[in-house]
Order: sequence, then C-alpha cells, then structure tokens
Amino acid sequence: MGSNMAENHPVGFQWVMEAKLRGAPVIHVDPRFTRTSANATMHVPIRAGSDIAFLGGLVNYILEHDRWFHEYVVAYTNAATIVSEDFRDTEDLDGLFSGWDPERHAYDETSWRYEGVDSAGPAHRTGTVSRSESTGALGGRTIHAHPARDETLQHPRCVFQLLRRHFARYTPAMVEAVSGVPQQRFVEVAELLCSNSGRERTSAIVYSLGWTQHSVGVQIIRTAAIVQLLLGNIGRPGGGILALRGHASIQGSTDIPTLYDMLPGYMPMPHAEDINLEQYLADHRASGGGWGNLPAYLVSLLKAYYGDAATAENGFCFGHLPRVDHDQSTYRTAMGMLAGQVKGFFLPGENPAVGSANGKLHRMAMANLEWLVVRDLFLIESATFWRDSPEIARGDLKTADVKTEVFFLPAAAHTEKSGSFTNTQRLLQWHHTAIEPQGDCRSDLWFYYHLGRIIREKLASSTDPRDRLILDLSWSYPTEGRLGEPSADAVLREVNGWDAEGRALNGSGELKDDGSTACGCWIYSGSYADEVNQVARRRPGQEQTLVAPEWGWAWPANRRLLYNRASADPSGKPWSERKKYVWWDARKRRWVGLDVPDFNATKPPGYQPPEDAGGDGALPGDAPFIMQGDGRGWLFAPSGLLDGPLPPHYEPNESPFDNALYTQSANPARVRYDVPLNPYNADRERYPYVTTTVRLTEHHTTGAMSRTVAVLSELQPEFFCEVSPRLAAERDLEQGSWADIVTARGTIRARVLITERMKPIRVQGRDVEQVGLPYHWGYRGIVKGDSANDAFAIVLDPNVHIQEVKAATCDIRRADGPRR
Amino acid sequence: MSAPPGYYGRPVVKEPVWSPEVAVYFWLGGLAGMSAVLGFAARLARRPVLARASLLAGFAALLGCPPLLIADLGRPERFYNMLRVFKPTSPMSVGSWVLSFFGGALGVAAASEVTGWLRPVGRLGELGAAILGLPLFTYTAVLVADTSVPVWHEARHHLPFVFAGSASASAGAAAAILTPSRESGPARTLAIFGAGVELGAVAVMEGQLGRVARHYHHGPAASPARMARMLTAGGALLMVAVGRHRAGATVAGTMILAGSLAERFAVLRAGPTSARATAGGETVRATANELGRPPRPAWQR
Amino acid sequence: MAKTYAPPAFVAPAKPGQPVGFFTDSSICIGCKACEVACKQWNNVPVDDIRYLNSSYDNTGELSANSWRHVAFIEKKQADGGVAWLMNSDVCKHCKEAACLDVCPTGAIFRTEFDTVVVQADVCNGCGYCIAACPFGVLTRREGIASRPETNGVAQKCTLCYDRLSGGEEPACAHACPTKSIQFGPLDELRERAQQRVAELRAEGRTEARLYLADEKDNGIGGAGSMFLLLDEPGAYRLPEHPVVPTRRLKEIWGAAAMAAGLAVAGVLFAFGSSRR
Repeated sequence: MGSNMAENHPVGFQWVMEAKLRGAPVIHVDPRFTRTSANATMHVPIRAGSDIAFLGGLVNYILEHDRWFHEYVVAYTNAATIVSEDFRDTEDLDGLFSGWDPERHAYDETSWRYEGVDSAGPAHRTGTVSRSESTGALGGRTIHAHPARDETLQHPRCVFQLLRRHFARYTPAMVEAVSGVPQQRFVEVAELLCSNSGRERTSAIVYSLGWTQHSVGVQIIRTAAIVQLLLGNIGRPGGGILALRGHASIQGSTDIPTLYDMLPGYMPMPHAEDINLEQYLADHRASGGGWGNLPAYLVSLLKAYYGDAATAENGFCFGHLPRVDHDQSTYRTAMGMLAGQVKGFFLPGENPAVGSANGKLHRMAMANLEWLVVRDLFLIESATFWRDSPEIARGDLKTADVKTEVFFLPAAAHTEKSGSFTNTQRLLQWHHTAIEPQGDCRSDLWFYYHLGRIIREKLASSTDPRDRLILDLSWSYPTEGRLGEPSADAVLREVNGWDAEGRALNGSGELKDDGSTACGCWIYSGSYADEVNQVARRRPGQEQTLVAPEWGWAWPANRRLLYNRASADPSGKPWSERKKYVWWDARKRRWVGLDVPDFNATKPPGYQPPEDAGGDGALPGDAPFIMQGDGRGWLFAPSGLLDGPLPPHYEPNESPFDNALYTQSANPARVRYDVPLNPYNADRERYPYVTTTVRLTEHHTTGAMSRTVAVLSELQPEFFCEVSPRLAAERDLEQGSWADIVTARGTIRARVLITERMKPIRVQGRDVEQVGLPYHWGYRGIVKGDSANDAFAIVLDPNVHIQEVKAATCDIRRADGPRR
Repeated sequence: MSAPPGYYGRPVVKEPVWSPEVAVYFWLGGLAGMSAVLGFAARLARRPVLARASLLAGFAALLGCPPLLIADLGRPERFYNMLRVFKPTSPMSVGSWVLSFFGGALGVAAASEVTGWLRPVGRLGELGAAILGLPLFTYTAVLVADTSVPVWHEARHHLPFVFAGSASASAGAAAAILTPSRESGPARTLAIFGAGVELGAVAVMEGQLGRVARHYHHGPAASPARMARMLTAGGALLMVAVGRHRAGATVAGTMILAGSLAERFAVLRAGPTSARATAGGETVRATANELGRPPRPAWQR
Repeated sequence: MAKTYAPPAFVAPAKPGQPVGFFTDSSICIGCKACEVACKQWNNVPVDDIRYLNSSYDNTGELSANSWRHVAFIEKKQADGGVAWLMNSDVCKHCKEAACLDVCPTGAIFRTEFDTVVVQADVCNGCGYCIAACPFGVLTRREGIASRPETNGVAQKCTLCYDRLSGGEEPACAHACPTKSIQFGPLDELRERAQQRVAELRAEGRTEARLYLADEKDNGIGGAGSMFLLLDEPGAYRLPEHPVVPTRRLKEIWGAAAMAAGLAVAGVLFAFGSSRR
C-alpha cells in the first residue's frame, strides 16, 4: 500500500513473487492498477489521500472483532499504559487533540504524556522544528521506563481504550464512504490480514512514497504501525513494516544524514537553546532504553569530527556544531532564496527544478541566488534553468536578468568510485571502483574532502575564533591514485569508530562518553569490526543460512530483523515453532537464534530492573522495543510527533471533499507557504479531480539518469497522464492525443493514456476521477516533457517536511497537440 | 471505433523488403531463361534467325539481372556470398547458382553466335542455357512461395505457372519483335500460349486464394495487377489478329512484355500488403498432419 | 497448499550438444523490461526509434533487428468489471526447423552446437529472404544506424547470447530478469517445468493459462528453443496460431515448378510443331 513495488523496486519484488508462488496472498491497495497490481493476488482501488481512513478501519476491525494478538499487545506495546487525564482526543475536539495553539500553529504535547509525568521537554519549547526519531524516543525527562499501567486494559485512560475510542467511527461503512473501498472488499482484506497474523503466521506491510508524500505521511505510517503491533507482526519473521526508499542509498542519506535537523545515527541537531553539551544531553537523553547511551554516541561523534581539538574541557567542541532555531528544511530554504536570505546553494545529485513540488517556484528561487554549485552526472534542469526553463521559454524570466553564478562540476558515477551503499533494510553493501572517472568528473567524497582541505589551507593562519569551526575539524584522510581520491575505506573505518589506541571498535557497545572513543555514526559501529570492512563481504547466499549474515553488514550490529526479541514470548520461548527466530537459551544463559538478537544478549527474559537503573538496564527482559524509553511499541505516541499521538483521518490540503469525520478537515499542523508563487487550489468546482504523482520502472526520479540514456528513453519517451475512459469521455480526451492538466500553479501538457486500469471511485456519495502523472520528465535530455511537479503546490508534513504530491486536485482539458 | 486486431494491429509476419529491382529481375530472368529454351528449340528446328534473336534477347536480359539483384541487397558489396554455399532448402541459393551457370552458358553461346568462333562450344552453351533456363524462370516463383507471406505461400501451386506462362509470353514476344514475321511464327505462338497460361493461372490462383486474393485488388498491387491483365490479354489478342505483320507483332509483343512486367510487380507488391494483414490472424497455418510430427533429424536441420 | 513450482535458483552452464533455450513464464512477468535493456547492452543493439507508440506501456512495438526482446503489454477488461494486464517478453523462437536458416542463401544463418539459430552479421549480405520466411515476424534488416555502420543492411535477431553460452553463462535477458520469468536451461528440463507450471495455474482456476511451443511435436516448426506460458490466445500477443515452417511444403512447390516448366516446354514444342513458317 502506498507503493508500486514491482515498478520501482523490481529486483526486490522478485521476493514478493517467490512468496506469492509459495501461496502468500499479495494485496495491492492503490489508486491505480499498476504493474504491481497486475502481479498481486488482489488489487484494491482507493482514493488517493484516504489511507488513514482505510488503515484506521483495519484498527477498528481488529479491535471490534477481537483479532488482536493479546499476549503480544499486553506485554510488548504500551496498550496498558495510562495516559494523562488532561488528554483529549479528536473525538472530543472534533478533529483536534488537546493542546492546539492556533497562534503558534503547533501543539503543546504536555497533555499527551503518560500519567504522572509532568515536566516539559524540547517539544514544548520549539513546536515547529521537525523531529528526529530520537526526540520521540527520548523525550528527555518526559518518558521514563515504568509508567503506570493497567494490564487488564480496562482503565478508561489506558492506551488500549483510547485507541478503541479514537477509531470507534472507522467502521467498514465509513471506510467505504471516505476511501471508496467497498465494505465487502475491505472486510475481505481485513480478514486476510487478521487470519494471517498471530502465533503461527505473520504478515508484512510494504510502503513507499505513496504513503510518505502526504501532509499526513508520518501519521499514515503510524497507523500501519498500530495495525502491525496489534496483530503482533513487528519483530517477527515475515512481518514488519518495510519502507521502500525512493532513491538509491537514500537510507544512508538519512542514517548519516543530509537532513538539517539530524546528526548521524538519528540524534537531534542541537537547538539554539542547547547552550552547551550538558544542556543538550539533559534535554535529549532518555532515562531508559537505547537512547540512554546518547552521551556516548554524541561525544564519540564529536571526537570523530574534531579529533584532538575536542576535549572534555571544551565540551568536546560541542559549541562548534551548527544550531537550528526554526524550520530550515529544503522548502523553507527555497523560500529563503526567494526572499534573498539564502545567497548560495550546493546542489549535489539533486534536481529541485523537476523533483520538488512546485518546480517553477524552485527555478525562480534559484534565479534569485548569488551563486549555485551543481554537481551531477549531466547538465540537469537545475543547472540550466537560467537558459532553458519553461519560464525562460515563456518570457517570464530573461536570462540577462538572472544574476546567479552557476558552477557545474561533473560528478563521478557509482562505478567510478568506491564506497558504501545503504539499502532500505539497513543493509550496507560496498561497491568498488571499476573504472576511473573521465576528464574532470570527481566523486562527492573527493569534492568535499578537497574543498575542505583548500578552505582550511586558506584559513590556516587565521586567528578569528569563527574559523576554529573549520580548523578544528579532523580532516586527514589518506588519498589514493592519480586523482587523489580519499579512501572510502578509511572513512568507513572512522564511521565505525576507534578507541583510544586507534583500534577499530567492534560495536556501539564499546562507545564511551569520556572522549576515549571516536565514532562517525553509532548505528554503523561494527561495520569495520576486527579491522575488516564488513560491508564488503560477499559470501554467496546459497552458502549461508536463511538470514545470510555474511553478505554485507546491517545496522545495528548486523541485526537483520529489528526488534527481534518480539519473536519470542515474554518467557523467551518462540511464539511458535514455525515462526521461531531468536529465543532464550537457559543453559547458555543468552539469547540465540537465526539472527543477532536485537537485545542485550545476556539479559534474561525475567529480568526486572532495579529502581535506579538507567539506559538499557532500566528495561525489563520482556521489553523488545529497546530504543523506546519504556521499551514498548507505541500504539499511542506520547511524544515526538507534531500532529498528534494517534492518527486521525485528515483530508489532503487540496481535496474535492470535506472531512466526513471531523470539522477539522486537513492536518492542522501541516506546513503551508502562502506566497504568491505557491497558490493553492481554492475552488473545488474549478479543480474537481484528484491527482497524484507516480513513478515508472523505465525512469529514475527526475530523469537525470534515465532520460539521458537512449535505451531507457526509448522505453518511455513521453510524459503521459493516465485517465479512465469515463473521464476521457467527460473531457473529450483521445487516446494518444494530448491534454492539459491545470492547477492554480499553471498548466502542464501530457499525452493521454486512456485505460481501464483507472476507474472513478465512489466517495461520500459521488464518483470522483483520479489522474496519474509520472513525474520523470523535464526540459533537458534525449527525451523531454513537462514536469508533473510543476502542477503541485508546496504543502508539507509537519514532522519531516516532505511535500504532499500524492493527493491534490486538478482539472484536465483537451489539448490539440504537443507543446510547441 | 473497434480495437485494432491482434496486438495493436501489428502484423505477425514482417513485410518483405524486396525492392522494385526485384520485380524487374523476375521479368528479365524469366525472359532470359525462356529465351534460352526458345533459342535452343529454334536451333534444333533449323531456324537460325529465330535462334539468334532469342539468344541475343536472352543475353541482353541476362545482363540486367546481376546488377538488379545486387542493388537490392542490404550489403551489395557482399553479393558474392551468394555463392558461399549451395543450399537446396533455399530457392535463392539454388537460383543464385542456376543464374551463375546459366549466365556462363548463355554468355558462351552468345559470344560464339556473335563472333562465329567455336561453334560447337557455342552449341553446348545453348544446350546448357536451355536446360538451366527451365529452373531459372520458375525458381523465382518458388522463392516467393517459400515464405510465410499468405498471398504468396497459399498460392504456391499456382505461382510457378503464372511465372512460367509469363516467361513464355515474354520470350515469345521479345523474339517476335526482333525477328522478321516470316521467321517468327513459333515465337508468336509461344507468346500467345504463354499469355494464356499466365492469365489462366492468375485466375485459378485468385480463385483458390479466396479472401486472400483481395491483396491483388486493393492496395499497391491493384494497379499493376489490372494493367498486367489488360496488357497481356490485349497483347495476346493483338498478336493473334495482326501478329503476322512486323508492326503488329511489335506492338502486341510490347504489350505482352509490359503486361508480364506488370504482373511481376503485382505479385511483388501483394506481398507486403498480405504481410500487414497477418495482424488480424490471417497467417499461414500448419495442417493437421503437419502437427504431431516428430521434427526433422538434427543432421537435416 | 504448498507449491512445488519454483523458478530455478541456479543454472548450470550449457553444454555443447545439449539443446538449450528459454521458457518464458509470462504469468510472473512484471513488465520491467530489464530483458530488453540487458539484451541491448550486451549485444550492442542500437536504439533506432524513440517514439511514443500509444500501446499501453509498450514503446518498443515488436521484435526486429533492433529489438531482440520485446515486452508486450495487453490490457484486458474482465467479465467482472476488473482489469487484467498481461505482460510477456517475446523473443526469437530458435525453431528446430527454422525457416530463416532454411532459406538463407549465404549460409550466414547457422545452427550452433547448442541447437540455437544465429545470424553471422559479417556474412549476411542483406538479401531479406529470412525476413519474409519467418512465421513469427522476428527478423528485419538493420538500416540507417549511424553509430554502428558495420551492421547496417544485414538481418539481425536474438543469438540466444551465443557468446555467453560459449563462456558458460546464461543469456543476458535471463540473467537480468528479476522474477525469473525468463528461464534458461536444457530444453527437456524447461518443458517439464512448463508443464508443471501450467498444471498448477489451471488447478488454481486460471483456465486461460496455456503453453505455446512447449510441445516439440505439436507444432509446425519441429519444436522451438523458446517456449512460453501465455494467459491469452497467441494472436493477442502477435504470435501465430499453428505456425509452420514453409520448408515443409518446399517439395510440393518445386513439384509445381517442374510441372510449370514442363508445360512451358510443351508450349514450345507446340509452337514449333504448329508453325509452318
């Protein structure tokens, strides 16, 4: 659901096909019938933007029909935990939770806390800075390991009852009305899921950008997490929730992040109010669970960054770290460009002119920069907007007026450099240089290393304290070969970390907070254990066990299945022989099994923590969710999310419908930018259809790596839109001819592909049509076309600032030919 | 508007790529082959004038053949690869060898006729050319019939007769134009006979083809087909009526020659049209006794 | 219900003298076109025509000198109002009685030690006979490719990656196919698999599943090196129903030619006999 796996992860999809051949039902819930649907056992058409209604319906079904995995839920989730008496649900406040402050446009989450916890944490303070996972799990002092619980699940304010109440109206009838999935169909899916979960069987949910690219993206995923926790599918083989990333190695780009609000390993970026290391640690360190070790992770990171310059006396150069004090996400940065606040921009391997929502806004924004550095394999649209963008073609922008100095530095391809590659399942693999890059092409590693080196050389004699930020960095890496390529292997070793003697660490358990260890990313610690590049291992799968632990290396600690303690019952015995994965061996007094246990290896299942224990020691032997402060899977999220502890169905920012459940129609916390270049579709009559961006197998993201390749351009040469025969008749569209898709942002033109795979959906008593728009085209390349993203406005999920392009509205009109 | 047939209306069988040069070759090859037979028969019947005319007409036609064939190739400079192997399953291979040896024989015969040298060798050449002429003017029909193009393959029993008749008509007509009326009697008779066979075979062929025959009536083949039949029939009738006079024979002969050429164009052009029509399932099909048969032994494959 | 069918996990190298080929199970094809791309890359097959073809997701169109693998996309409305999307990777059939091989006058087309059919691009002189002879419309002549002038004018088709087989590898398309819809191996093994697979699908109620060219006897080409599992009639995929190699009828065609020649000779005799000058 929220995924087109066969088309966009075809190699991974072979495993789904194998499972299907062995009898596994594959259910594809999607607004379109895609190549995934063609190979699924069941396709369920759904209105784009109604995923929470559907998933919430599943929660309702599971609870009302008593299909939840009792033992698992009581022991392993926070179902029994009692929530503050100040908490009010969307059922009480007609679509809002308690604590909404319309002036700040944010929630005060104090009332969401567990009962008995009264101190405020970082969320209260900021409210608008988006969160990293750590804040949610940590919550500082707000989460402790032993909140009040009612294991009978009867207490009116226990999570279980709150959950039941929150989803009480998400009946099959409501699911049909809001999402367009007929009740019978919905119940079929629910039954399949429920009957295939439990002790003997597990079910997995797979999602991709069909879930993330919504103003409620995070909450959609949360609802799936609730479903899977209730069914006991998390941490068990064949279960789980699998996020398929949208881009190669982008998992690595969040692990060692290129995100403004995170430090490596999902630690929060310091806020302006974190005046020193102590303040930061006090605010973010959890009292229980894995985040209790935050000091060791952060200090080791600082030692990796600043080497010998980082000492206990100077707080390990904590003061050198950049601070955030407001939303500085990529869209906010674009707004900053428009406002003249952002002068310069580095753009490595990213193409906002085509790939970001509201392409025109980004092109105009970049036209307002003083300088722009683009590093890519080809001259992408974002590098040439000043001479061939649609704005130039239309005359809205004149090249002579664009003062941006654009530098294009060609990049090396993945075959021309060595390095790691992190897949969505947290698996790191290594790729070796096969051929040296030609001409001036260089890898990003080369670029940033030498850029830093040159800047440091220029600043070497400076006495300005500001320059210590650069000069204190530890910046010596061995370089190799004619080009002086830094050794990626050496970087991996630094990421893995070393101890005071310079010996590579074997895992994050060896990290210290006294400055004796350095580690570039704590979750990657262990990737260079025993001085061996574990990531480069390639023992063939046929020679290994099911889990194949010697192919590559997975974080953390080469655990292939996260939270796998949950595959055994509270006493340490597998839930069933069929689904055994890790279990407690009483004789060896340790956890054993098919995988590295995601648990303290020697902590017995019956372990009860003493009063004063902290960190991992604070969690009992039957709390599998070791990164949560209370060790439990959160059905209710007391902290960490900006738009609610439970997921309500909200309509997309642009929708043909009012919210059938609440007066609060869309996500109150969603981020909008009300600027002239970002108008929203206000008039429902004018834009009556639902639209969504989609992806195709033949192209990759903005086409920089596929529309520049002849053999791929041949496979899908033109931008097309998918419409149902009924919509085509309504708007007089002809097969293979052209149409204009119209929104408040402007008009884009596409070929018309009329297909029975698109059907009108019946929602709230009337039929609505949906238009599918593959977003791969731009104004450069062997094949060119209009960009789908030009039709969408910028409206974001508040937690992660991702754009909502999977549900919006549009009109579609017949056009008489291709754009001239 | 109904959906196009089959897979988006795409033909099952690919269109033949043979160019107009090939149609002209069919005509010239047929003319050359049958001229050799006519010439040799004239020699045996002690009609030296007719023999010479046939011989030289055939030789002139022959000269045009290799350039036409070579021009049609995708890689003309590799024309000699036609003689790289001899393959009985390939009518084109058989024909290439036949044309080569025929050319040699007819060349010897023509040289001897023109120069007067080595008469006995020349006679042998004439005999050789006459024998090889028989496959020469029929193998081209075998060639087109031995494809998967329905309008050709389903007419495989009739096309050889069309081509044989056409060649006979052409040879007779050419000789009749080049020979004084006193000597050209057999040629004129052959022309009329050939025209009759050609027209008769076409009629039977189209009857047997049924619906497939429409490719001769619609599309690029229609016009040459019509012209072929009109010119051949008209030419034959004229030859009967006024063939005794040189002028009449010349006009009639020219018409017959033109009709024969047009008929070759009709056949060639019907091919691509028929190939396109395979989109709707109009393909060559195996018969019941061709299914369930064990495959040819490996050494024969 | 446990399934017994599974695509092969590991393929042994082809041995000379052992007929090998493809079983393309279209019921597990996901339409990714990796086969098309892998084939083009390995065999240096050029891009000839970048054009939107208005046929679902198929912009390749059909097999040709520049498309040796072609993925077909068929959108079918179902009786219950639903839709099915059939996908199949078409390829040269490597017939056991190959029309192209039979009619090739230069001997450019030959049968390899793996029982496959290959066109030698350096021998072919582009006569075009194979193009009209192939009952499956596989071959065309490569024209006008500026980037590879040395193969212009010659007929081209799938070689079943002859070079890869000789090196102990499987063909590029089979190697690239993520779901193992394209399976490569010894033909008798593939035939067994195909039978097993179609039986399983039928048992599941998918009565539209059928094999194509899997029975070496029940066809007019003496068996094929490429067999398919289809989910519709062959005509829906641009495949001929009951294909036959024209060579099967060659004897009778020559017979007719002999008779026609005989008739012509008779005509000559008559012409001389009835002439009195």
